[in-house]
Amino acid sequence: MTESELIWRISGGSGDGIASTSQNFAKALMRSGLHVFTHRHYPSRIRGGHTYTEIRASDEPVKSRGDGYNFLLALGDSFARNPQEDAYYGNEELKPLSENLDELREGGVIVYDSGLLDADEIEGFDRRVEENDWHVYPIDLRGMAREQGREVMRNTAGVGVTCALIGMDLEYIQDLMREAMPDKILEPNLEILQTAYEQVQEEHDPDAHDVRIPSGEHDEPQLLMSGSDAISYGAIDEGCRFISGYPMTPWTEVFTIMTQALSGLGGISEQVEDEIAAAALALGASHAGVKAMSGSSGGGFALMSEPLGLAEMTETPVVFVEAMRAGPSTGMPTKTEQGDLEHVLYTSQGDTHRVVFAPGTVEEAYDQTRTAFRIAYEYQIPAIVLYDQKLGGELISVPESTFDREPNPDLGSVLTEEELVDAPHNAAGKYERFQHDVEDGVSPRSLPGQKGGRFLATGNEHEPSGHISESPENRVAQVDRRSQKVEAIRAELDDEGNQTPHGPEDAEYGILTWGSQQGTVEEAVDELNAAGHSVKSLGVSDLTPYPVAEVEAFVESVEEVLVVEMNASAQFRGLTQKELGRYGEKLSSLLKYNGNPFEPADIVEGFESTMIDGNDDVPGIETTFVPAAGD
Amino acid sequence: MSAFNAIGEEREIDREEFTPGIEPQPTWCPGCGDFGVLKALKQALPEVGRTPEETLLVTGIGCSGKLNSYLDSYGFHTIHGRSLPVARAAKLANPGLEVIAAGGDGDGYGIGGNHFMHTARENHDMTYVVFNNEIFGLTKGQTSPTSPKGHKSKTQPHGSAKDPIRPLSLALTSGASYVARTAAVNPNQAKEILTEAIQHDGFAHVDFLTQCPTWNKDARQYVPYTDVQDSDDYDFDVHDRVEAQEAMRTAEEALYEGEVLTGRFYVDEGRPSYQEEKQRIGEMPETPLAERYFDDDYEWERAYDEFIDKHR
Repeated sequence: MTESELIWRISGGSGDGIASTSQNFAKALMRSGLHVFTHRHYPSRIRGGHTYTEIRASDEPVKSRGDGYNFLLALGDSFARNPQEDAYYGNEELKPLSENLDELREGGVIVYDSGLLDADEIEGFDRRVEENDWHVYPIDLRGMAREQGREVMRNTAGVGVTCALIGMDLEYIQDLMREAMPDKILEPNLEILQTAYEQVQEEHDPDAHDVRIPSGEHDEPQLLMSGSDAISYGAIDEGCRFISGYPMTPWTEVFTIMTQALSGLGGISEQVEDEIAAAALALGASHAGVKAMSGSSGGGFALMSEPLGLAEMTETPVVFVEAMRAGPSTGMPTKTEQGDLEHVLYTSQGDTHRVVFAPGTVEEAYDQTRTAFRIAYEYQIPAIVLYDQKLGGELISVPESTFDREPNPDLGSVLTEEELVDAPHNAAGKYERFQHDVEDGVSPRSLPGQKGGRFLATGNEHEPSGHISESPENRVAQVDRRSQKVEAIRAELDDEGNQTPHGPEDAEYGILTWGSQQGTVEEAVDELNAAGHSVKSLGVSDLTPYPVAEVEAFVESVEEVLVVEMNASAQFRGLTQKELGRYGEKLSSLLKYNGNPFEPADIVEGFESTMIDGNDDVPGIETTFVPAAGD
Repeated sequence: MSAFNAIGEEREIDREEFTPGIEPQPTWCPGCGDFGVLKALKQALPEVGRTPEETLLVTGIGCSGKLNSYLDSYGFHTIHGRSLPVARAAKLANPGLEVIAAGGDGDGYGIGGNHFMHTARENHDMTYVVFNNEIFGLTKGQTSPTSPKGHKSKTQPHGSAKDPIRPLSLALTSGASYVARTAAVNPNQAKEILTEAIQHDGFAHVDFLTQCPTWNKDARQYVPYTDVQDSDDYDFDVHDRVEAQEAMRTAEEALYEGEVLTGRFYVDEGRPSYQEEKQRIGEMPETPLAERYFDDDYEWERAYDEFIDKHR
């Protein structure tokens, strides 16, 4: 954690433009040369209800939202005054201010819209301000915006006030507004921004507090990207031109981004009647010779399990993405969790095979989505990119070079008509598309329309030409061949090294994590080492085939391992124990499942309390410790 | 590469091309109506000039689902009720393919009912043949969505309390642009209707009455039929929605009262197919998507520059 970082939080009501305002401000901070990391918190409602976005900006690369924050812009919930809402949700008027005080750091700054909020109504507000040495600026943002005739523009006023108080030049915001806004609303917005900025400079003393914007410079051009963006662009660069889906939070983000991008590329997007259809469509498109994907979140993915099995049996390449949210059932639609791991690993009947990736960062989301397509089409197997609401939704500045943008239209193991002439055919002239003895278990495909390639794809067990067969010899040969593919994939992925080690190699303790918690764990590891502990971490991205050798070496090299994940049943720890076959006595779990991701402090606290002090109880109610269990 | 040479070539199609030599012989029971569908399809496909290579037959599960084991084209035997979504996407990905989907009444009107409604609504350019024998055959004789009210089976021992599905009416209201019913006992009409349905540019639904000699001897599928086009009693305009609706209602009620009415009930040549609609509004490329993957000259554009710019 650097001294010079700004962590800015904007709060208000859902529907008040918090997302768009914060996105622009994050981009302005990035353009000024800083690394940014954003975190969204929003309720499952369209309008009204407390929501906030946090932007962490630093001259050093940032991997998580950090611990707490130091600048609050509380806008007020303009929908909280709806009497009908009152009946359902109680009075929420004060929440944008009152709900955000706990995490505000000492010496932090509070700007609140005195046109909508009255701090006097918050019990103990003044006392807390004094105790924490907060600097409070009540400013009538609503009034300011109203003077220009548009009350909704109080967001802009808030940004102007922020810039004045942290010493940030307005030019980055102004440029963004000019790029994004139509003329009609551009002028009043620029006016409000300027007015707010000047008014604060005249009427307040920005030097009364210590929160300042750091200055930085990027080594190379940056892009502000979310995990959903990265997955989408990875798919597109890898040649995906067909997507089918049904809207469900948070998977909808990928669906939307892909749909819009594909329309410019001459691809096809289909929003269909349900997730069963969505998955089946992806299979149909792939069968016909197009790189295709589909996806959903937990409940929708449950419906896809049957087509998933069909893809496995017919060896139809396809990529699914699964965006986790808190379950079971509808769970918490806008809250994050890593509870679908076992669902994704084991859903579908029979001895099934699939490849599952869980990228840990935005950069990995891009790379591993590309890998997922490559593996799926080369080995004719479904590949799944498993991520969560946190990774999907947080915007992070990443080097533009992350996105190599080399298109790959290669369909993988498909024969040309010329090659089909020499390929094996059965006595009736059908191509033996599912041959028993082939290298790596991969029997190349033919595509409908190709001469000499006729075959039957079926979800039943089948002989080489595709025809249904219940012959015991054929059954064993086909099952063995399909399994053989997985071993070939394992060998290929082991060489790729998708797992991310962090910290000193000879550390005494290890933290094992997977997916979106990787960056947060790495920051915690740095803090722990700075505090005199000896810790390293491994972020695992290949979930199946599981990187046994690498994880085993990691576990062997340390005294004890803390497994950090966001679910209540330690699913990844269970998978690890199953795959490694032992080490149960070495693996303890730190779990969080309240809907919010880990923050570095959770992990630091949990580690010190459990690994060092030997307590079973972690302070605070947010996390749970499950001690090692033996094998 | 020349993956798609097979498509669009003009040549005489030999009926035998669709008949596998020593491939599996049908496992259907003697006297099963499914033989009638297979025969009609083998006759219709050469009529419309399609080669086995450019034909993709997508089926569901059940006796009907085995159809593509016995037709020598490309085939995709999917899962229960899901033939339509698979078929739809294959057609969108490669519109050069002749895509035919097939399934039974349980498969198509029961578990796949939602897909049926939506595929008809979108008017995909494909043919959908539903083998309607009013029974679940392969699972040994349970009540199906088209079994008559009061139908007794091991799973409905008191007799079904449900009214049967009205598939023709359902297809029409959902938006199918071609709706017909034929029967295995009428091979000539079956071949004619299938030929027409395949040639139709839009979603063509054929409710194909097939007798089940093993599990449903009571159904009317064996009895002589009346072709509504040939009958003065059922004079109506197949291009008129309202008249077609009335004719369908009559046909669907008559079936359970002992009279089997078959023929074309609704034909709308004017409604653009889903593919045409998508291309018109810019949601789908003019050249087949699948073909691009095989065209070495196709420039792999990265036209999402404008999207990347939004992230700067």
